Amino acid sequence: MKNFFNYPIFLIMSLTENLGKYFLLVFLSIKTINQWRDNLTNILNQMISIGIKSVPIVIFTSLFSGMVAGVQAAYQFDVDTGFPVTAETIRYLGSVVGTSVVLELGPMITALVMTGKIGATISAEIGTMRVTEQIDALEALSYNPIAYLVMPRILAATLMFPFLVIIADFFGIVGGLVASTASYEPLTVSMFFEGISIYGRIEIDSILGLIKALFFGFSIASIACYKGFYATGGASGVGKATTSTVVVSCIAIVILDYILAALLL
Amino acid sequence: MIKIKELYKSFENKEVLKGINIDIKDGECVCIIGKSGTGKSILLKHMIGLVKPDIGEISINNKIINNLSFKELQKIRTKISIVFQSGALFDDQSVIDNVCMPLIKYKYNKKKNIELAKEALREVDLEGCDNMMPSELSGGMKKRVGIARAISPHPDYILYDEPTTGLDPLMTESINKLIKKIHREENLTSIIVTHEMKTVYSVASRVIFLDEGHIKYDGLVENMKDSTDKTLLQFIAGSGTLH
Repeated sequence: MKNFFNYPIFLIMSLTENLGKYFLLVFLSIKTINQWRDNLTNILNQMISIGIKSVPIVIFTSLFSGMVAGVQAAYQFDVDTGFPVTAETIRYLGSVVGTSVVLELGPMITALVMTGKIGATISAEIGTMRVTEQIDALEALSYNPIAYLVMPRILAATLMFPFLVIIADFFGIVGGLVASTASYEPLTVSMFFEGISIYGRIEIDSILGLIKALFFGFSIASIACYKGFYATGGASGVGKATTSTVVVSCIAIVILDYILAALLL
Repeated sequence: MIKIKELYKSFENKEVLKGINIDIKDGECVCIIGKSGTGKSILLKHMIGLVKPDIGEISINNKIINNLSFKELQKIRTKISIVFQSGALFDDQSVIDNVCMPLIKYKYNKKKNIELAKEALREVDLEGCDNMMPSELSGGMKKRVGIARAISPHPDYILYDEPTTGLDPLMTESINKLIKKIHREENLTSIIVTHEMKTVYSVASRVIFLDEGHIKYDGLVENMKDSTDKTLLQFIAGSGTLH
């Protein structure tokens, strides 16, 4: 009975402790940003690993999610919804696909895929370094492990995510174009592109999507670094940290997505 | 000189070190022995500022290091090196890059760093292994690279955390010889945490026996057998009992 009442208290205390430690690590890594020159090689390596090496998977996932958006939008136009289908209204299909890709699908799908690819990698790398005493060794060799390991990863992810989202947006729209023109015959390529710019907001929407990408990149890398940095318990501890990184990052992305949508739109 | 005064350390309500007092003079070669889980490695990590004590003082060359900032600790750490149990080599770096790591901090030029790193690798008989990756090395080679990395900046103190654990008897013997050679030639103060009596007999001049968070013996190797402490005598004889 006592345990039953103690458990929520333990849960709240553990959550508060973890949040405190997370924000402290983030604060300390931001504080070391002035050491970027000393860690330039690390930052560039991370930018390649997070950014350049993720391009193929981003192209693949965004192309198909754009195609799904195109097929679904065409389906909604195609079924008997009572929506008057004319040459004028068909163009809106491009608007629906374009806006959903740049505002939501591009940043969101990229973030979720990157959580699995980048978040898990960062957490496993740093976690392994922690349990094999490599982080202790860094400190003993007079290196600041936060400046050497954490800051370059957070900085690289924050800088490279918008770049990845631009690629995702492009291929998402291409996928949407291919799928919607294939699924809904009256729609032509020129009508689709007219639709994209019909409200004149696509540029602003793209920028809002890129702002989301900045936050997503930052949160995925910082959560992964935090989980890895405080990993304990050998190989199984690293496994737990990696799993937890993916779960917590996914939750954080969904919450952040709502907050940013409510604030920016 | 390394001085430890009334050191206490607990982890999650488990008291590991209970009032440790040690003075290590320059040039000494000290072995810290004890059963697994008695806090030997934790004690060693206190000496380089990787772990902070709950109560007590650790001073190196009369400077208390407990509450130093990272920058101040960096200065102290230029004089003190540690060899980790697992080697703790950086997986993504070659042997030469690992050995160069402490030297980069001195802002020497790259050529000088490589020269010093090669000299350290020669010392540990690993000439020609410069471009190998840690994953290509055997356990003994990893420990040697760890030792090379520790001696490359020519420190005053060197700490070894179980340097022969997990090695075959021949490799253990060669690491012991290496520790002895480095201690003599580099004129270092060496502190070795181990539970191998072979290492104690072949390298140490002084032994500290830790048991249940207390020092049960602190004296010369040759006088160890005269101790009245039962656990120490059991430890020396290697005849543990199951409780």
